[in-house]
Amino acid sequence: MAKYMILIYGDPQQWDAMTDEQWKAHDAAHEAFAAKAGTQIIDGQQLELTATATTLRSDPAGQIQTTDGPFLETKEALGGYYLIEATDLDEVLSMATLLPEVHASHSGVEIRPVVDHG
Amino acid sequence: MADPRTKDEVVAAVAQAHRRDWAQVFSTTAHLTRDLDLAEECTQDAFAQALETWTETGVPDRPGAWLTTIARNRARDVLRRESVFRRKMPLLVADETTPGPEDGLVDDRLRLIFTCSHPALAREAQVALTLRLVCGLSTPEVARAFLVQPATMAARITRAKKKIAAARIPYRVPGPDQLEERVSAVLEVVHLIFTTGHTAPLGAQLVRQDLVESAISLARMLHLLMPTNAEISALLALLLLNASRQDTRMSADGRLVLLSEQDRSRWDRQLIAEGRSLVADALRRRPPTRYALEAAIAAVHAEAPSWRETDWAQIVRLYDALFRLWPSPVVDLNRAVAVGLRDGPRAGLDALNPLLADPALATYGYLSAARADFLRQLGRWSQARTAYEEALTLTDNDVERAFLSERLTEVERNL
Repeated sequence: MAKYMILIYGDPQQWDAMTDEQWKAHDAAHEAFAAKAGTQIIDGQQLELTATATTLRSDPAGQIQTTDGPFLETKEALGGYYLIEATDLDEVLSMATLLPEVHASHSGVEIRPVVDHG
Repeated sequence: MADPRTKDEVVAAVAQAHRRDWAQVFSTTAHLTRDLDLAEECTQDAFAQALETWTETGVPDRPGAWLTTIARNRARDVLRRESVFRRKMPLLVADETTPGPEDGLVDDRLRLIFTCSHPALAREAQVALTLRLVCGLSTPEVARAFLVQPATMAARITRAKKKIAAARIPYRVPGPDQLEERVSAVLEVVHLIFTTGHTAPLGAQLVRQDLVESAISLARMLHLLMPTNAEISALLALLLLNASRQDTRMSADGRLVLLSEQDRSRWDRQLIAEGRSLVADALRRRPPTRYALEAAIAAVHAEAPSWRETDWAQIVRLYDALFRLWPSPVVDLNRAVAVGLRDGPRAGLDALNPLLADPALATYGYLSAARADFLRQLGRWSQARTAYEEALTLTDNDVERAFLSERLTEVERNL
């Protein structure tokens, strides 16, 4: 078994504009994913919008700067994640296909293997 | 075991085994090592060993089995020696329990083919890995085929192997829910290898024989391993029918010979017969698939006694069906050319006209060449000259350029 991070990206404005009906279908799709992945899900969370993000980094003088906003200003922002366990990439792919963000035109998911230090 | 052989005989036997058995030797060794680099090393060692041993002992009755045994023994030695070090490396995920799509036995070659064409790899990496690992071409040979530096190709292959290990792309035939999509990806890779070899985009050599042969042997391997898959039969048919004309596509002095001018008596009848029977099988599946329709078009050409006597009405119908399935501007262009051959150059020009505005075809030399040819047939010399000049600026292939220049000279004589 290996660990994979499923990073969910999308356009926050489009997520914001979703109706209650659309959210209901969205949540149902996440439940279908959770039912399929079962105990292989180690963790998974929805993140607050990027407007609430705070970034810390150093300036050239080595002074830590605290700024408002996400690390990268992009149209598509990180909206949530799952950390899951799977035997191989094909298993992750067949589970992740169920996620609603894969089907909406403004969003998608990035699958990253987690480095195994064991 | 046979008698000792001369050096030349052994070299020829090893070369033949390399063509025929590389995929088998490599894929079963990779299943054991679960490490593509180690499997490559051991497979290469086995072929080197064959060159030495076979000179003394003769060529074994089953060279593939002999080579596999040697390669796997080497691998076992290395694995024993380096077991502690290797336990820390990411290994191929191989699944022993999943039954194959055709029967209970899965051939390791099939596992390897699906791993190399996995959609999580970029297309160029899929092609490079397939040629290196399934067909056994050397990295410099693969680099040459795609006109990149050997170091660039080596880096591309290394990167792809790293991704297979780190992301755990499995060494497995995909399950039923993923099989169709994965077969399509494999076939696209095989098709791309063939077309790269069949019409080299640059340089003097119109056909790069090793790529054409690699693609056909890949398609044959797939057909052997998954005989009931209609899309695989269709692609194999398409490749065989196109390859049947290969010897007549270039004249003795290295000029391109169009389908209309080719010596049909030199077409390979055996390949045509094989291709036609596969097309017939593939077309039984409804609705017909893209490769089945393309193969059917190639079959109509193969059956025609001459260019003029080709069943153009049938070709237009097939292109119509193909366009509905796969609305590509290039299909539209071929259809327009077929209309011109069915109804005359005037109708052909009319069919080509709407395509002139298509941005996807703006730099496509064949569109200019097709227009030039219809204009030439209509005796509209000055327009034909412009079109030939345009086609020339858009074509890199020396052989095609020589053909277009010759036509241009002919047109200029009439001005």
